[in-house]
Amino acid sequence: MKILLGVNGVSKTVEVAPMRRLLDVLRLDLALTGTKEGCGEGECGACSVLLDGVLVNACLIPICQTDGAQIVTVEGLSNGAALSPLQRSFVSEGGAQCGICTPGMLVASHALLNQTPHPSEAQIREGLAGNLCRCTGYTKIVAAVQKAAATP
Amino acid sequence: MIASINVVIPRTKDAALATLAENAGKCTLLAGGTDLMVALEDGRFTSKLVVDLSRLTELRFVRRESDELVIGALATYTDLLRSPHVAQMAPELVLCAREVGAAAIQNRGTLAGSVANASPAGDPLPVLLARDAGIEVASVRGTRTILATQFFVGYRRTALAPDEMITAIRIPAPKVGERFYWRKVGTRRAQSIAKMVLALRATATNGTLQAIAIGVGCAGPTPLRTPKTEALVAGQRLDKMLIDEARRSLAAEVAPIDDLRSTAVYRRRVAGNVLATFLASLT
Amino acid sequence: MPLVGQSPLRKEGLDKVTGATRYGDDLSFPGILHGATVRSTIARGKLRSITFDPTFDWNGLTRVTASDIPGDNVIALIADDQPALVSSEIAHCAEPIALIAGDNAERVAEAIKHVHVDVEPLAAMLDPIAAASSPNGVMKDFLLEEGDLAAAFARADRIVEGEYRTGYQEQLYIEPQVMIAIPREGGAVEIRGSMQCPYYIHKALQRLLKLRPEQVIVIQAATGGGFGGKEDYPSMIAAHCALLAKKSGRPVKILYRRQEDIQATTKRHPSIVRHRSAVTHEGMLLGCDIDLLIDGGAYVTLTPVVVSRAALHANGAYRWQAARIHARAVRTNTPPNGAFRGFGAPQAIFAIEAHVEAIARELGMAPHALRRKNLLRLGDVLPTGQVLRSSVASREVFEDALQRSGFEEKRARYAEERTRGGRKVRGVGCSVFHHGAGFTGAGEVHLKSVAGVEITTDGRARVLAASTEIGQGTRTIFAQIVADALALTYDDVDIEEADTSLVPDSGPTVASRTCMVVGGLLHRACKEIKQRVPKGTSLAAWAALAPLEARRSLMQYTPPPEIVWDEATYRGDAYAAYGWGANVAEVEVDLDTGETTVLRLTASIDAGTVMHPVLAEGQVEGGTAQGLGWATVEELRAKEGRYLHDRMSTYIIPTALDTPPIDARLIECPTPHQPLGAKGLGELPIDGPAPAVVAAILDATGFLPTALPASPETLLAALESA
Repeated sequence: MKILLGVNGVSKTVEVAPMRRLLDVLRLDLALTGTKEGCGEGECGACSVLLDGVLVNACLIPICQTDGAQIVTVEGLSNGAALSPLQRSFVSEGGAQCGICTPGMLVASHALLNQTPHPSEAQIREGLAGNLCRCTGYTKIVAAVQKAAATP
Repeated sequence: MIASINVVIPRTKDAALATLAENAGKCTLLAGGTDLMVALEDGRFTSKLVVDLSRLTELRFVRRESDELVIGALATYTDLLRSPHVAQMAPELVLCAREVGAAAIQNRGTLAGSVANASPAGDPLPVLLARDAGIEVASVRGTRTILATQFFVGYRRTALAPDEMITAIRIPAPKVGERFYWRKVGTRRAQSIAKMVLALRATATNGTLQAIAIGVGCAGPTPLRTPKTEALVAGQRLDKMLIDEARRSLAAEVAPIDDLRSTAVYRRRVAGNVLATFLASLT
Repeated sequence: MPLVGQSPLRKEGLDKVTGATRYGDDLSFPGILHGATVRSTIARGKLRSITFDPTFDWNGLTRVTASDIPGDNVIALIADDQPALVSSEIAHCAEPIALIAGDNAERVAEAIKHVHVDVEPLAAMLDPIAAASSPNGVMKDFLLEEGDLAAAFARADRIVEGEYRTGYQEQLYIEPQVMIAIPREGGAVEIRGSMQCPYYIHKALQRLLKLRPEQVIVIQAATGGGFGGKEDYPSMIAAHCALLAKKSGRPVKILYRRQEDIQATTKRHPSIVRHRSAVTHEGMLLGCDIDLLIDGGAYVTLTPVVVSRAALHANGAYRWQAARIHARAVRTNTPPNGAFRGFGAPQAIFAIEAHVEAIARELGMAPHALRRKNLLRLGDVLPTGQVLRSSVASREVFEDALQRSGFEEKRARYAEERTRGGRKVRGVGCSVFHHGAGFTGAGEVHLKSVAGVEITTDGRARVLAASTEIGQGTRTIFAQIVADALALTYDDVDIEEADTSLVPDSGPTVASRTCMVVGGLLHRACKEIKQRVPKGTSLAAWAALAPLEARRSLMQYTPPPEIVWDEATYRGDAYAAYGWGANVAEVEVDLDTGETTVLRLTASIDAGTVMHPVLAEGQVEGGTAQGLGWATVEELRAKEGRYLHDRMSTYIIPTALDTPPIDARLIECPTPHQPLGAKGLGELPIDGPAPAVVAAILDATGFLPTALPASPETLLAALESA
């Protein structure tokens, strides 16, 4: 099946099986390896991407549902060379340790702040509850999101 | 293997029904994909034809129709969370939707998908049972509404005919004085599968329980109502003795199992306790 | 201003937030094949034959069995008893038997189903207690004795007994195990992948493939979490990749799916600890008689070292007049248990801390008062005869945690709250603990780690160490230490890749030793280089002209002369230094469901001098969260030797909503045995949360959970039978 989709603002065409996972198309067909796979069953959130602005797990999206859609991955979060406030605060506050959950965590945080620009701690924890991190205990991730939210 | 699966993408409900009629029993419907994609990854998915319903925008709605809350088959849990109608007419469904997976799952998963999947642990199913909701289904032969209480006929089996699909869920508007309750006891606070789910609808006046409906999940091969316990307590005075009787009755009436997540003994106890605490809150 | 003590941005931070970091599965090489493993399906048996289905098309697929191994069929580690591929006896249900590789992953997955393994089943040993009395069932058995135990028990007013159990814990790094082998000229092999210890693989592959040291090149890829789970098991996967690569002549990648990862790789050792304590009415701890048993699984791997660490922490952070600790590790037919943050200490500390709660209850004493009375102090003697001569912060951390959490006030308030009834009750509990920093006993002496620094001709410093960055901040703190020692800026320091062809063996990245031991070597190397620079000449000017031998300094570890350990008798200084910690947990228990919600966790941690406050707090918060998971939701049961909870939807770790706010504070009590005063940090924080949580549950409900996880099922059963 021929699929036309926008990835981080760039038009892409792929010819793949319709039930192929968006995750595999991103990582293998388009060589965008920033999006990670931790479980393959929608539990860990390491493959979080935006699909038409909505947070989804790329491992649960068959590519046939993305024809004509706009996808944003971690590679699309920075504006050229300039990091987004969230990317900056994840580094400065210690929100990234081993870094494997970080791409998904950043995408989920972007989705959260798009929806709720000034979230409470409880809203941050709920908004990121689909993204597992085994390194940080989440404290510094929450702090990073708070700092980014406070960045004008 | 994935390469051998064909996908049909109808653009209208009628086109979808025609495809279903042609391939009755040989195809699988796809909406948000949150169950289907897991089965596919696991190698549990054997169907060779998928009908992708996600383009049927006509079925993505949440609205009030006179005395019913009507939820289109393509409405996601996020849609439910954002709908003023749901907040007003089914507040327990809001609590429930918030605890289905987490944000990314809520953005894709649909209420109708959970109904069609018919898991005994499906979070919202006890709500639909307790609310006497109707499941509106359609085929090229026409449209009918099946009561939720008659919809779940066996372990992951429903009353849907092979050529039918769910088009909407219809929840009757609350009656004056009705109270609603929903509680999921899961493996953790988010992104969890239930150990036990309880949905309650009750009316109490002056210390007497006028009516009660109890929907329970993880309590047998299907989500179920518990008529014995309902009959035992309906119309009775809400005192400590009755509440304890209700607790014991529900614990005895449910038929849960031991599995990876919990034990039958625990599930019985919790069902009884949660009901008892709810009843106590009505006094 | 020195960099140590500040929080510069982590070295690889930019790449991690832009998605540029390449982890093992992000790497590819021309012609790469996908490898997969055929495993046993039963816990024990005799391998009769392996048949590759003759009706299946094996064209283009590479097949490997034990007979393809050119060298010794072992994964070299301690006892060298674990084969790379089964040749005769199957000892656990996930044991590798054969390997397949091919161009297409789906075809390889299909091929796996066409390998028929004929096995004669044998009775499996699955009960660790039965294993302890079975022939060949005990891997290690030793006794620590100090003081006159009989006299202590004779003087006791009360004798308190208890048994404490902990279950498996899975590391659940979010990046599954992944490894790549690339055949190189002349039979050499290059390994890249997710790992903690490149030199473990380097050693194992020489033995397995009959290669010389320079023919094995091991390079760490960015690693998505380890926690001990990528200490020894990567040697197994590297072995498999290398065998397939050698036979096929092509690069081979093996990526474990989550289920395979959980089924096959190492777990935290389950434990059973029995305590019998002699105490006085006033709460003086006189004597402890401890029997500690851990389940090693089917092969020795790291178990002897784990059981040593467990035994050496079994007495807790307390002064006993006499102690007897009998420790055993047993063999069962389950996948080998291995390293997991804490390495035996969390199990032992859970037992002693829960037991202290039981003693306090028995004596009618407040649990924090009992602890306060018996805390280890400077000059006290440990069960190995070690005298605590320096850096003891037990009192500081304990009082800090109590005070910052408002422990006493909350204990009174929650007790008053509970008298008012309600279906939700709150409670507060504390724990205090110590953790030996670095390798146990003579471990560091045997390792003879080497690390060093080279000054490039343009005046930059290049750190040479095989210590891996696994999220904890190795690269960042190395740069801080070196920059300070050479008066360079943070950006002037580069960290060489963890590549065995480029860096010396600085020892494994385990045991909270990287900063303390390897950081110490780097500091010494910098000092040596500085001494070579003539007075009045800048480092840069000198380096532009100096020969490489002068610009490079490699240091080998030597223990401080006053640290003495006798391996044969288990007497002496088990660790050069101890870190100290205390936790306060506040919980709410739902009496209808037995669910425990941890509301807040206060952690006070002394790991000596803090290199980087943000990274150090991150270690405390992360370790604490893992400890909370182990305490509450992380349950892994096995049936017939096979794990039941083998996916992320069934093996449950805490989400952001399950994890409470963690209020961490670092208290610095430097050790004289390290140039900067740093002690180990990585593991210490995981020792305390579980006992603090069960103590808080006891406070809230009157029931003391004695097994982990403290599940709602156990708690509700206990509450309803009370």
